[in-house]
Amino acid sequence: MTRKKSQQSNSNDVKKKGSSGKEEVFYGIPVSPGFVIGKAFKFENDIVPAIPSYDIKQSQVPLEIARFETALIATRKQILDIQKKISEAMGTEHAEIFNAHLLVIEDRVLIEEVIKILEKELKNIEHVFLKVSEKYGEIFSRINDEYLRERASDIKDVTKRVLSNLMGQAQKDLSQLDEEVIVVAHDISPSDTALMHRDNVIGFATDIGGPTSHTAIMARTLDIPAVVGLHDASKQIKSDVTVIIDGNRGTLIVNPSKQTLERYGKEKTRLELYEEELAQLRTLPAQTQDGYCINIAANIEMPEDVPSVMAHGAQGIGLYRTEFFYMNRRDLPTEDEHYEAYFNVAKKIYPNYVIIRTVDLGGDKFLSQLDVPQEMNPYLGWRAIRFCLAQTDFFKVQLRAILRASSLGNIKMMYPMISGIGEVRKANALLEEVKQELSREGISYDPDMEVGAMIEVPSAALTADIIAKEVDFFSVGTNDLIQYSMAVDRVNERIAYLYEPSHPAILRLIKYVVDIAHKENIWVGVCGEMASEPALALMLIGLGIDELSCSSVCIPELKRTIRSVSYSDIRHMADSIFNLTDPREILNKANELIREKVPGFLQL
Amino acid sequence: MSKIIEKEIVIKNKLGIHARPAALLVQLANKFKSEICVCKDSEVVNAKSIIGIMTLAANYGSRLKIKAEGPDAEDAIKALVQLCNDKFGEK
Repeated sequence: MTRKKSQQSNSNDVKKKGSSGKEEVFYGIPVSPGFVIGKAFKFENDIVPAIPSYDIKQSQVPLEIARFETALIATRKQILDIQKKISEAMGTEHAEIFNAHLLVIEDRVLIEEVIKILEKELKNIEHVFLKVSEKYGEIFSRINDEYLRERASDIKDVTKRVLSNLMGQAQKDLSQLDEEVIVVAHDISPSDTALMHRDNVIGFATDIGGPTSHTAIMARTLDIPAVVGLHDASKQIKSDVTVIIDGNRGTLIVNPSKQTLERYGKEKTRLELYEEELAQLRTLPAQTQDGYCINIAANIEMPEDVPSVMAHGAQGIGLYRTEFFYMNRRDLPTEDEHYEAYFNVAKKIYPNYVIIRTVDLGGDKFLSQLDVPQEMNPYLGWRAIRFCLAQTDFFKVQLRAILRASSLGNIKMMYPMISGIGEVRKANALLEEVKQELSREGISYDPDMEVGAMIEVPSAALTADIIAKEVDFFSVGTNDLIQYSMAVDRVNERIAYLYEPSHPAILRLIKYVVDIAHKENIWVGVCGEMASEPALALMLIGLGIDELSCSSVCIPELKRTIRSVSYSDIRHMADSIFNLTDPREILNKANELIREKVPGFLQL
Repeated sequence: MSKIIEKEIVIKNKLGIHARPAALLVQLANKFKSEICVCKDSEVVNAKSIIGIMTLAANYGSRLKIKAEGPDAEDAIKALVQLCNDKFGEK
């Protein structure tokens, strides 16, 4: 990373002598996105206080050792305090790192080395301890592996604390900030960030560090912009100057010029407008002009996706894919791992619902843990529910975890790739077995958890009347339904043009499924990509679909589309498409409605 | 009479022995009475010292030798090897 200092020469920029200097730009590594304009607060905790050095008499050695012990005890107490604070604020996993700090204080090798030098050199304990910690600091700074070098700063954090305690100085910290500031420092230690006044720190800029440093991790956790690796920027910045941290471009701009401020101001206004629009849509229902409501849900892959689901205003999670658990690892996930993830999602999204899809492995998703033979036609092969029903021990782990997590009552579950009623019956029988096991063990679960079947194989669509009697809902997986119905591999460029969601065959299948479901008093959702495209989504609503589930980012646009049209228009359009023969004509019909009624989409 | 037991291990967790795994290793080593040391190339450190372990800078793929001498040497080696094979509880 090279550092360039650029100065914006600007004739219009009238400088007030002494108070505000020229604009200066420092280049570092962007580690947490977004930008912020504010007042710099120079945090100088990295400067080691001047440590005195003086000779002591042999007889004073025990006294110096006693001082050392007192400092270690004080340090221990401070670390335990920080650990407790972090644990409460961010969860025990973040607090775990302080176990390492505690071990440093208890490190016999370190303590013996300090005492040995103390006895040999007869110098005051601060001096001896500084010398020893500098020796280790030197060793750590030579570590080649960036991540391990960063982590060594944890050790430095502790030795610094011990030194402060030996000197009887309280360490400076960031807990007493009474206004919003951007913290500029050579480095910010884990305990500094832990004690920091969270509401008043709006950005970080540090001289050292990389994407994996604790400052970076903390900034992302707090969702504030941060730039690290700014070399010696902190030396050249005074507290109270205006700075901009651009966590997208990796710059720190000191004394921004009028032009720069205007540029960032405009960007800010644009973002705010967009966010305002999003925010408005977030709380509004997906209701048509004439009062018809449709349920809009989101698709997710892991618990970390839930905040985005809520930020984009989904009313639930219509598809929680569970394959992620099995990826990139050699062992199988445990029941508790499954449980924790599911419960976590259910708790976060409560009182809204989440539909967990039992694992859909095979096809394009390999399972490295199990010895699954290579197949000629993986999409038509041993996958999803077929695989699970053959490996019942494996499947039951997931079923148990889902049931255990269902105690809040907002979890629903569905089976992927159902081709006929036989699979539903087998899977339901296994589910029943697991429920009885749990009851025997006295573990609570939701006995009325809704169970659905995915409709993505044409044979399931065509026997929807049979399947509907044994499930609580359907979820149409349009990606696979289209692929299987049209016999087209959409990844194959030569035939991808055949993949047409608006093909009459697909619309007829969906209409059949919806009509049957409603006759049997169960509801139907769509969780494929079809649900995320406004024109196709309107078509689905016209066919009677009760719920659309798509990726979070598509939701605002979808809501906006739905809120601009009337249900009678949608029905009218949906009725008319069955008279048409060409998929493109059908799609045009839906697009016409959008062009006519929906004023310009959100520019995403 | 206690014998010396040694075993070679390879670091399998992606991030190597940073502070958290080091803490786990040191905590585990401290549960045993035996003298335990960890060697990487020519360096030898006390397995019960976190600073020592951190100075090894054992990253992904590093080969380490663990040596234990004492009444519970065998158990100590077994436990420490297990911890490394479990990738210190990381992915």
